[in-house]
Amino acid sequence: MQRFPCPFCGLRDETEFHYGGEAGNDRPEPAAEVSDQGWAEYLHIETNPKGRSREIWVHMTCGEFFLLERDTVTHEVFASESLRRAAP
Amino acid sequence: MTAASQSKQHTTSTDALTFTFDGRALVGRHGDTVASALLANGVFTIGRSFKYHRPRGFWSAGAEEPNGLFDIRHQGRHHPNARGTLVPLEAGMEVRSVNTSPSAAQDRLSLLDRLGRFLPAGFYYKTFLWPDWHLYEPRIRAMAGLGRLDPAFEPPGNSPQRSLHCDLLIIGAGPAGLAAAHAAATAGRRVLLVELQRQAGGSLLHRPARIEGLDGTDWVAATLNKLSDQGGELLTSTTAYGIYDHNLVCLWEQRQGRPDRLWRVRPREIVLATGASERPLVFENNDRPGILSADAGLHYLRRHGVRLGERVVIATNNDSVWPVATGLRDAGARVTIADSRAQASLPAPEGVELLTSAPVTSVQGRKRAEAVIVKGRSLAADLVLVSGGFTPNVHLYCQARGRLHYDEERLAFRPGQAVPGLQVVGAANGTFLLADALKEGHRSAGSKEDVPRAEAALEQFSIEAAWPDTKLAGRQWIDFQNDVTLKDVALAAQENFRSVEHLKRYTTLGMATDQGKTSNMNGLAAMAAVTGRTIPEVGTTTFRPPYVPVPFTVIAGRRRGELFSPVRRLVLENAHRQAGAAFREYGSWLRPAFYGVGTPEEAIHREARQARQSVGLFDGSPLGKIEVMGPQAAALLDFNSYNRLSTLKPGRIRYGFMLTESGVVYDDGVVLRVSEDHFIVSCSSGHVPGVVMRLEEWRQDRFDPSQVVVHNSTAQWSTLTATGPQARSLVAALDLGVDLGDDALPHMAFAQGRFRQWPVRVARVSFTGDRSYELSLPAAGALTLWQRMLVEGQKREATLLGSEALMILRAEKGYIVAGKDTDGYTMPMDLGLSGPREKRQDEYVGKRALFTPEATKPNRPALVGLEVEGSEPLPTGAHAIERSGTGQRSLGFVTSSYWSPMLGRPIALALVEAGRARLQQEIEIYHLGQQRRARVVAPCAFDPEGARLNA
Ligand SMILES: [Zn+2]
Repeated sequence: MQRFPCPFCGLRDETEFHYGGEAGNDRPEPAAEVSDQGWAEYLHIETNPKGRSREIWVHMTCGEFFLLERDTVTHEVFASESLRRAAP
Repeated sequence: MTAASQSKQHTTSTDALTFTFDGRALVGRHGDTVASALLANGVFTIGRSFKYHRPRGFWSAGAEEPNGLFDIRHQGRHHPNARGTLVPLEAGMEVRSVNTSPSAAQDRLSLLDRLGRFLPAGFYYKTFLWPDWHLYEPRIRAMAGLGRLDPAFEPPGNSPQRSLHCDLLIIGAGPAGLAAAHAAATAGRRVLLVELQRQAGGSLLHRPARIEGLDGTDWVAATLNKLSDQGGELLTSTTAYGIYDHNLVCLWEQRQGRPDRLWRVRPREIVLATGASERPLVFENNDRPGILSADAGLHYLRRHGVRLGERVVIATNNDSVWPVATGLRDAGARVTIADSRAQASLPAPEGVELLTSAPVTSVQGRKRAEAVIVKGRSLAADLVLVSGGFTPNVHLYCQARGRLHYDEERLAFRPGQAVPGLQVVGAANGTFLLADALKEGHRSAGSKEDVPRAEAALEQFSIEAAWPDTKLAGRQWIDFQNDVTLKDVALAAQENFRSVEHLKRYTTLGMATDQGKTSNMNGLAAMAAVTGRTIPEVGTTTFRPPYVPVPFTVIAGRRRGELFSPVRRLVLENAHRQAGAAFREYGSWLRPAFYGVGTPEEAIHREARQARQSVGLFDGSPLGKIEVMGPQAAALLDFNSYNRLSTLKPGRIRYGFMLTESGVVYDDGVVLRVSEDHFIVSCSSGHVPGVVMRLEEWRQDRFDPSQVVVHNSTAQWSTLTATGPQARSLVAALDLGVDLGDDALPHMAFAQGRFRQWPVRVARVSFTGDRSYELSLPAAGALTLWQRMLVEGQKREATLLGSEALMILRAEKGYIVAGKDTDGYTMPMDLGLSGPREKRQDEYVGKRALFTPEATKPNRPALVGLEVEGSEPLPTGAHAIERSGTGQRSLGFVTSSYWSPMLGRPIALALVEAGRARLQQEIEIYHLGQQRRARVVAPCAFDPEGARLNA
């Protein structure tokens, strides 16, 4: 059982979290300007790094999505970071 | 005197415990394990081997035990493969041997052993390949195998599960572990010490030693006292069976008279002091009862007062047996050491015969050793004790990603590079001498105090390789539990299964419930010898948890029965039960499927008909009620939904889809606009958590979270529905303070009313095609309102409507259930909703995917209705097929199919390739060899004009 640090709730068991995808997979738009290839890459292509990775996770119990840096081989967790920006 | 002579305590003790073995009453005493009690009673044949049904006896006194498995029943508990060496004996235990019929002593299948040379590794797979292994499998499996599961068994209580955090977890309470625990507790750290035996002390309980001037056992007691004074905790009969991610260690605590307990420990640091397991030597018939690990022989003698034999031969290749020899000599046995080495490194103990260059080559005797062959000479022996060296118990270190290296001097794989936060000390680290083990344990805790001074009976350890020799004649056992012989290993090599992982799978070496604790080293050494490689070149297999088999009841804890996957319950469940509801699970909800008497079919058809004729009352409380609020609520919902919602007027309701980014229909449902910046998303019951999560995701990813919030109020509100021609009259009688006129409250509109002290949302939406009112109110008011509805319903010949009848009503109308009438491929156009795709200029989830070549191909599936001849509905899942010269192919499948009581004929919905172009055509339907014909029609079979919505 891994433990992940929710930026809001602290260290919690992995069963409370859900993987949300690799960080930086920006949604291409507007749709009219996106190629079939570009959309398919957004949907399906992952870099799947071996080692240090940046991922989006959600803490199901509080509902917050955040950035998690961890090692996909050793499962070491380096840091988590809130995705909240200051209100404009 | 019996072969297993008993000490004074054993025969005169007042704390005698009676138990049975294979139905025979025996007496043990307090402090016994099942193993020591059986041995004390002279029971040497304790079971039959897995494959050949050879008589087997105990090999060890610990977790590595390959043979001593029992079916144990006691006080309502049942453990079908209990390791007798680790189970504390309790009065009244019923112990049975496994894989025997009828008993360990008389076993009908023992003739299998004489066929042994016809049953090599891989025999079953090769021989029973034709025509189909599955024909033979049941009978072969019945002959093999170990304990039997009892499907009717229910444990008398749940296993508790505890979580614990500590500074230091020390696994193993032998000398190294005790030294570590004491030093750490003295330094003020919070310590948990665990020991899988019922008593802490490890080898100090049976190997003579003096530490700090105290006798070994006294030092153990003194150290445990100090540990307790310093706040350290000790768990005995507790096995650490796995190290998982982020330093999670799981412990299985066996308790007497109470259910076993599971511990989940998160220590800051771990010290592994898990000891080492003695290896067998490999010679002909080395699996006979009465051949045990030398250390186990001393263990049973000193800890339990059981001398296992009178005429003892100790076969060895190392020094560790010297104290065993003197111990047995002192207990009155005649002892010979048969040392395979040309020169023993220690002199013969007084009164003990020492033979050198004297490997044991064979053992005679079937149900009990009678003699050994040494240098071609037969030596009488009723007990053969064996030491082929020690294999450090490195399982947990390897589970924590440790890497082993092979130590040529100690003939053992030992921990190599350090694992952060984890230290390995004592015999587990290959440190077999007491003084060194104490030092390692002590230092692992970072103590600056002096190391405890020790003198042990064994002051040196040297060993000389005596690995399996394939040139020796006869059947020599490598893996006792899975019945793997040296010949099987040679056969694996011959057939080119040479990698250690292939060897394991081909021969099943090390795959039994003992995971090869006593056999892996000999197996890979044999493979090394056969293939001309070194032992490190062959390498070890992967170590995975659990270290020992752990009962499922312990891992499950209270998560069994109803709590295995808890259902969600309706607030009105008891009211429905009183009304005679039959409940079924729908998604996670337990809901009335139908009500009342008769067969399910009769009840369901009666409800469906009556709801169309008068009024049906339905508890729709699990329907989603997700509130989306704030200045950006409309924008969030527009993006989330296929249909625009920002154009919806307050007080109005709109039906639509949510898509995935792949353009596939994720859910359908309605959205209510309460006010400019307040919406309620009424998605389908099963999709509520998923819809909440996707709204949250886009809210945080794309919008300003301070400008819109998502709140799931599904469980706080109940939704009670009246549907049918009498629905308006019934709702009017409830006095909700709402104008029910069709101008004020048309279809797809809602109004706020009150029922007593509770606010009620009155929504005109219909899942039946009839005039319907959904009444949503705080759950606390649900029962009062429901009872009022029942009273008013009685005046109108109302029916209670279960989920099954509702499914018929919606299918008559061609209304879909997302996930039933759609699959992971269905796009909104396939369901006939292409407007938003054509008109919307703005972005929404899944938009781009609706314009790919796949989405625009002309023969996409479409939702259609199917009409058939006769009264038998089509099977759901039946395929529409198209025949051509070369065969047939599927055009799609039936998604919903029912008998319609109103129409008096079967109805069906299906997803059919280019379905709309096939309207009025006949197609062929195929299911499990049966063929029928069906006519493709529009999905809506009942009231296609929709007149009943306002009737
Ligand atoms: Zn959180």
